[in-house]
Amino acid sequence: MQTQNPTHVVRAAEEELNPLIPHLAEIGLSLVVFGILFFLVKKFVVPAFEATYAERTTAIEGGLAAAETKQAEADAKLAELEKRLADARHEAARIREEAREQGAQILAEMREQAQAESTRIVDHGKAQIEAERQQAVTSLRAEVGALATGLAGRIVGESLEDDERSARVVDRFLADLEAIEATGAGTSGNGAV
Amino acid sequence: MSGIGSALLMQGSIRTEGGGGFTPPGPADFDLPPVFGGGSSFTLMGQEFVLGVTKPMLQVVLSGVLIFTFFYLASRKRAMVPGKLQFVGEEAYGFVRNSLGRDIIGSHDFQRFTPYLFTLFTFILLNNLFASIPFIQFPTFSRSGMVYGLAIMSWIIYNYAGIKKHGFVGYMKLQCVPAGIKGPILALLIPLEFMSNILVRPVTLALRLFANMFAGHLLLILFALGGEYLILEMGAAYAPVGILAWVLFVAVAFLEILIQFLQAYVFVLLNAMYISGALADEH
Repeated sequence: MQTQNPTHVVRAAEEELNPLIPHLAEIGLSLVVFGILFFLVKKFVVPAFEATYAERTTAIEGGLAAAETKQAEADAKLAELEKRLADARHEAARIREEAREQGAQILAEMREQAQAESTRIVDHGKAQIEAERQQAVTSLRAEVGALATGLAGRIVGESLEDDERSARVVDRFLADLEAIEATGAGTSGNGAV
Repeated sequence: MSGIGSALLMQGSIRTEGGGGFTPPGPADFDLPPVFGGGSSFTLMGQEFVLGVTKPMLQVVLSGVLIFTFFYLASRKRAMVPGKLQFVGEEAYGFVRNSLGRDIIGSHDFQRFTPYLFTLFTFILLNNLFASIPFIQFPTFSRSGMVYGLAIMSWIIYNYAGIKKHGFVGYMKLQCVPAGIKGPILALLIPLEFMSNILVRPVTLALRLFANMFAGHLLLILFALGGEYLILEMGAAYAPVGILAWVLFVAVAFLEILIQFLQAYVFVLLNAMYISGALADEH
């Protein structure tokens, strides 16, 4: 096996060498080293790794639980806000509806008032016109009577000083006139005068 | 890769100087001279063993120191949001704990075996990777003695776990009597089951790891030395073939890294499966 050996010795040694036959020291050494390593690994390495795994699992689970709680809280808050928003919308719609109704009512009232006012004004005007007409008729009647009487007296030549008689004539004439007016636009009245 | 090549070439140049022709690498390449000591020797089963501290022995100790230091530093901080070091440590630990421990042994019992499986995986993986780490470049488990210890330990652990749970008779029945089989065929099956579940398992565990590491390293030596011999000794005509051998050396070196990982994984996976089988409820 050594370099200074002649070749045939090396060859002879190789033929004899059986790698399957162990070196006893190697069996013992590998077991001792393995044993020490096993002890150290079991004592220091494995517990540290296992503890890290366990801590990590706990941390992740805790984080997940916290996240779930937060999510639930957020969901609840969102639901509440949505509910509030819906309420507010509903309220706004209600108020708008009310306002519209009120507006319509106010409009109707105003219209009614205006109608009433206009009716009143028209009525008032009519009444005034009637009164003025009446007044005109009255004054006209008196004047026409006097004129007609004067005219008739001049034509007939006789005094119609007799008030009673002349008043009767005038009244009859005017009554005739009114009768003609009432029946339409008749011409006989003029001829009767 | 030049580091690997030069280290192997030194061995190779020593070996080819002795005489004409190419000496293929063999078991002697794994029988390294002691680093310290080596004064006396003893003979066991026709083999001569030198008393002394060899390179694989130093590697085993180094692996223990490196693994503990790394994972101690990685696990010490215990931050909720891990840094790079802690992340790597946790990934490695979580890989063994979850995919090898929990998924195979089951969530009820795996916690008891997690330190064992984790230590076993890191221990084997680093010692295998030593074969590809520059300036170390020797697979610790190509020394059969290193593997036998671990295989015996695995055998004791899974059998102990089963006997503790079911009692000796219950455990033997669980391991040796197949479910749902009755009659004289049992006379045939019970010895077979006993062989495969109790006797053969530690042997296959040990040989699988040992032989993979041994053969892988042998293959690398062969490509390195063969390439060197073709280039330096055979003349210019063979040089391209030698360069091809070195290219293949690089490819095989990468393949070896995969195998190193797989062998560590398989060793621990089988441990977990044996434990799981030993703890299984009565059929």
